[in-house]
Amino acid sequence: MPIPLTTALGKVVRRAALARGGGSAFPGLFVERLDPSYVRRVLATLPRGVVVVSGTNGKTTTTKIVVDLLESQGLRVFTNRTGSNFVRGVAAALLGAVDLRGHLPADIAVLELDEAHAVHFVKEVAPRYSLLLNVMRDQLDRFGEIDHTARMLQSIARATTDAVVVNRDDPRLGAQAFAEGIVGPALRSYGTSIEVSARFPSDDNLYGGSEGAPHPAPAVYVDDTQLDSFEGDRAQISYAGGAHSARLMLTGVYNVLNATAAIALTRAVLGDDLREPQMLEALSKVRPAFGRGETLQIDGQTCAMVLVKNPAGFRLALSSYDPADTATMIAINDNYADGRDMSWLWDVDFGSLRAGGVTTVGGVRAYDMALRLQYDDVPVGGVTPDPERALEEFLGATTGQDKRIYCTYTAMLAIRKVLGTKGALDKVIA
Amino acid sequence: MSRPVRILQLYPRDMNIYGDWGNTLVLKQRLTWHGYDPQILDYNPGDAFPDDVDLIVGGGGQDSGQGVIVDDLQGLGPRLHSLAGNGVPMLVVCGLYQLFGHHFDTVDGRRLPGIGLLDVHTVGGTTRLIGNITTRHPDVGDLVGYENHSGKTYLGAGAQPLATVVQGAGNNGEDGTEGAQHHHVLGTYLHGSVLPKNPRLADLLLEQAVRNRYGEFAPGAIDDRYADQARRVAMTRPR
Repeated sequence: MPIPLTTALGKVVRRAALARGGGSAFPGLFVERLDPSYVRRVLATLPRGVVVVSGTNGKTTTTKIVVDLLESQGLRVFTNRTGSNFVRGVAAALLGAVDLRGHLPADIAVLELDEAHAVHFVKEVAPRYSLLLNVMRDQLDRFGEIDHTARMLQSIARATTDAVVVNRDDPRLGAQAFAEGIVGPALRSYGTSIEVSARFPSDDNLYGGSEGAPHPAPAVYVDDTQLDSFEGDRAQISYAGGAHSARLMLTGVYNVLNATAAIALTRAVLGDDLREPQMLEALSKVRPAFGRGETLQIDGQTCAMVLVKNPAGFRLALSSYDPADTATMIAINDNYADGRDMSWLWDVDFGSLRAGGVTTVGGVRAYDMALRLQYDDVPVGGVTPDPERALEEFLGATTGQDKRIYCTYTAMLAIRKVLGTKGALDKVIA
Repeated sequence: MSRPVRILQLYPRDMNIYGDWGNTLVLKQRLTWHGYDPQILDYNPGDAFPDDVDLIVGGGGQDSGQGVIVDDLQGLGPRLHSLAGNGVPMLVVCGLYQLFGHHFDTVDGRRLPGIGLLDVHTVGGTTRLIGNITTRHPDVGDLVGYENHSGKTYLGAGAQPLATVVQGAGNNGEDGTEGAQHHHVLGTYLHGSVLPKNPRLADLLLEQAVRNRYGEFAPGAIDDRYADQARRVAMTRPR
């Protein structure tokens, strides 16, 4: 089917869906059914091709950083910003971005793709570049085991035509065996210095009892981008024989590593044309993605929203933020997008919250979370599964205090919605 | 007066897929709350097996993890049989439950030998049995958890099921049994983790361990209200 025809029909469906208050799922599905090769053919028109970002943790934030860094180089970038990281999400995002003739006014696409969906996507669209972040145990109820997840990422790498950028410190992605399976595209690496590596435990470190130990020397080390050190909002990142100081607005230790990954990818895309000052300037201005380390202002106090979805992410988040002088709430749901199995909470050490306690525990599985805290001797103020009431109780109990809310994905959506409708939200600070 | 109780974690490095620490933590904390002094020992492949173990707990693993420990476990077999015969309580979940049976025939045609401490055998399947599960245990009542396994386990004449399935798949999705028990060795597919939301099962293991060592068990008063509420919610959640 000609691109302009699919585009016209798709846009009609999209407009109707938006008018009815629906999301992006249906228009995406419609295009997928009507014209299965539409996404491939539209993306094939991009002069600099497609970048795929995948891995367990950090996809959304890293994708956002990559987009900003590439734009700082004067490129027009298409991305699936809605966070719908399935193929039909890409189709839906395309419908919003193309003109009436189906022309996509962009130089390059940067797509965040869920591991399992990426495997299907790359069969349709061979990415020119891929950025593979990490393999952590996440939703084992969906993927079974993490060695399987690593194999999915390898099939993304194999489908890539120009360059694959891997986290060399990840025991699966940085393994010789992973690299050997990739012939064709250039392999490039990023990671941390030995000195700071202990702050970024891999899945094996987390479960093998070697958390806090430095990573072993990487097996893959090619045209490397390295996070040397960081302190407060400053990081030193080195590549191509030079060290560069960068300032970051993003909080959370993992975001410093995500920024390093984004620089590695940007270097792969731009090559010798990279304009460094513009890139570092753009990096200093990147804001957190929706609900992921956002800082809000509520009744004059700051409230940080921290998205947690698996043990590694939760542990890194807890180690990123000092709980002193901050009231803490945790909201845990078990909807499909959150993961149904609560086992993961038992792989997180909550000892750092013991001194200050947790003011409010909310979400469908609030009692599971409260039980988890009980076994780490963390005092719990109140337990209220309903997100709206939990939030009210939390805000009521912590007047005048800075706040931090750790929440799973759908709990985050519920809390953000309540904040929006109640007018309690003054503004989004960062 | 110090009253130590020694808990051994079996293969915590390789058989620790998801929340298995939760079981150890619950045993450790409840011992403390009951007035005893828990000591946690780790056993990984090649380690010297410690003397004087009161309770053994082991978890699930990936296929690769099972491959790493399977030979080492064969070497431990006689030792574990003798401990079980002496009444030492053990809890093995998922992957180690399978290897505490006679053997595990994987989908790709390999046979992983087990130690036959439980009269069960497991056959690899192509579909995963995944979801929330509720079972009924004859002594402690309902058990709640989350199962996630592709192996189907079948009981021989010498094994009692640990529980019967109320909702979920259980051992094989066919015969309504879940887990297995022999002496005080309990095998189960329940994650969640299993012990936090099933404190009576935890206390069953602890009581046996403490009785073996001290002759009697004087339980402390533990506030299990969060566990009760979490159990209640878990039983209402979709599979």
